[in-house]
Amino acid sequence: MNGRETVLSAVRAALSGVPGSEDPDDTPVSSGRRADHAGPDVVGLFAERAAEYRARVVRVPASGAAAAVARALARTGARSVVVPPGLPEGLVPEGEWSLLTDVPPLSVGQLDAADAVVTTVAVAIAVTGTVILDHGPGQGRRVLTLLPDQHICVVRADRIAPDVPEAMGLLDPDQPLTLISGPSATSDIELDRVEGVHGPRTLDIVVLEDG
Amino acid sequence: MSGADNVVWLGTPAFPEAARTALADTRLRANLRRATGTIRDKRLAVAAELEDWEDLRETAAQVKRRTLRHLDHHLLRLEKSVSAAGGVVHWAADAAEANRIVTALVRATGEEEVVKVKSMATQEIGLNEALADAGIRAYETDLAELIVQLGGDRPSHILVPAIHRGRSEIREIFRREMGEWGRPAPEGLTDEPRDLAEAARLHLREKFLRAKVAVSGANFAAADTGTVVVVESEGNGRMCLTLPETLITVMGIEKVLPSFADLEVFLQLLPRSSTGERMNPYTSLWTGVSEGDGPRNFHLVLLDNGRSVTLADEVGRQALACIRCSACLNVCPVYERTGGHAYGSVYPGPIGAVLTPQLVGVKNAASLPFASTLCGACYDACPVKIDIPEVLVHLRAEAVEAKRRDRLLPTPEALAMKAAGAVLSSPRRLAAVQRLAALGGRLIARDGRIGALPGPFARWSGTRDTPAPARESLRAWWRRTRTPTSEDRPTTTEGKVRR
Repeated sequence: MNGRETVLSAVRAALSGVPGSEDPDDTPVSSGRRADHAGPDVVGLFAERAAEYRARVVRVPASGAAAAVARALARTGARSVVVPPGLPEGLVPEGEWSLLTDVPPLSVGQLDAADAVVTTVAVAIAVTGTVILDHGPGQGRRVLTLLPDQHICVVRADRIAPDVPEAMGLLDPDQPLTLISGPSATSDIELDRVEGVHGPRTLDIVVLEDG
Repeated sequence: MSGADNVVWLGTPAFPEAARTALADTRLRANLRRATGTIRDKRLAVAAELEDWEDLRETAAQVKRRTLRHLDHHLLRLEKSVSAAGGVVHWAADAAEANRIVTALVRATGEEEVVKVKSMATQEIGLNEALADAGIRAYETDLAELIVQLGGDRPSHILVPAIHRGRSEIREIFRREMGEWGRPAPEGLTDEPRDLAEAARLHLREKFLRAKVAVSGANFAAADTGTVVVVESEGNGRMCLTLPETLITVMGIEKVLPSFADLEVFLQLLPRSSTGERMNPYTSLWTGVSEGDGPRNFHLVLLDNGRSVTLADEVGRQALACIRCSACLNVCPVYERTGGHAYGSVYPGPIGAVLTPQLVGVKNAASLPFASTLCGACYDACPVKIDIPEVLVHLRAEAVEAKRRDRLLPTPEALAMKAAGAVLSSPRRLAAVQRLAALGGRLIARDGRIGALPGPFARWSGTRDTPAPARESLRAWWRRTRTPTSEDRPTTTEGKVRR
């Protein structure tokens, strides 16, 4: 008997007490829980919660997006910026930095040497201060937002879902998905929280207020 | 090597003995008290933010219950979805088989090293040791796992495996060992957590960049879509899940969820229960392989290793709902004092006390169901409502029963219980025994307490002080003072005594 048959028959033997007539969906699941825990000011809550996890959050009108990105890059002194395919034209203005496009794909070494990356997001979650990338246009391959030390996320206000259930419902499971809540962190040493281990140590979030 | 050999650490003493050693370590106790206290407060604060927290817990428990009742069905669906998305599914009945599968997969790549994301399942099967036997070096990349690996140590907490180590010990380990494994610790390394984390970042970065194979565990997998989920904080998980060409994920069969939609429940409960955060910094979800992004080969190893046996026990099976948050460890008064090593198992704390004996057989971990005061704090904290005290009592009965079966003569405890039964069922015998006990107890007591006793009482009395019996039993006192006379016969309605 191979591993598969061994495991499946052991599981089935263990479940001999479950009536054969019972369907997998028969055991009820209550729906007493709430769909969301956000108040009326979803955008304000998102900004507040993301900032609590040490993301640098600014709220600007859509027309101020490029200027806000430029300020974030200037603050860290970034010299090279990764621009994923499909990022809205003009979102990363000219400046003291060179632009690296991922076409053809950048090598791991090039990405490791890059200072920053600018992306949009698929969805954001207000209650948890989370941004979610589905690595589609404007976000690029997963590694683009992993190796550079600064990640600047541009979040349109209409992409912010109030809470986890709604946000998860907006995602396409066929895409790789990354949920990001603040810069990387660890509490492994005496449970003392330290921001910045392996992922980007700086997370900037630019919220575009009018869509 | 059988599965049991890895879940429990062979050669470690039983819990009572190990606990005695741990309790004498004052530094360990201080580290633990501080750490568990901090995380308890954080968890309470973020759980209280959700006014429907209890409904969420109930929902999670129901989803898990429903899944386990048809586990075979969900596993087959998962296999189908993962395969359709370009992944390859393997099945392992026990640790040895899982290790064989993973070793063969790594060998097929021609690589001699792998990077690892923190994973309870691979610890449970002793994968690192099995890979080492095959000449493959496994690098742990979670900071705490790195501390444990470099220190030649064992994990003592599910979430924070190096919780028993203070910052200065960690600095020493880094200074001494990092050079042996790769990039040495920076000159002048301090014991500031920030500096220590930076040292780990530098040490591991080169390993991430050159790694061709990664091994991970999984927090969840959705059967309907084939999506696998890893929840983490540091970004080492993202590195391992993204950079290598081959990804091998080892997952306990109980981790499957029926649908992608179920994830919303657990992604609300897990971070809040685990690190006391509204959401952990990074959660990665992937479905098979994606063209041009991340690993080109994805293998999912479904691991039984005692889980189907656990599933067969209708009381004990609820332990399989565990999402490894470790909230039960942090609230447990026993864990807080003994630490994780005393449990002698990969799974310490209250959940370990119910999971370990079931995975390896009660007779191989007979002291663990007793490593608890049954206070119930673990049940209250558990985000999936595992009634740990209920399972503990159930397993205690099994342990006692197993002991009885294996002996020709009854144990002193069994004899004592039988005698107690005879005494308690007769008021006359009880009164006689109470008179004797009052006399005897007061003779051996010091300052009103009975300490360690010799002979058959040694095991009980060695770990407990017993108050000396009162001079007079309640029954004797009642008879002496409350035998109604004509004056004090009760007159109020409540106090009326019918005679």
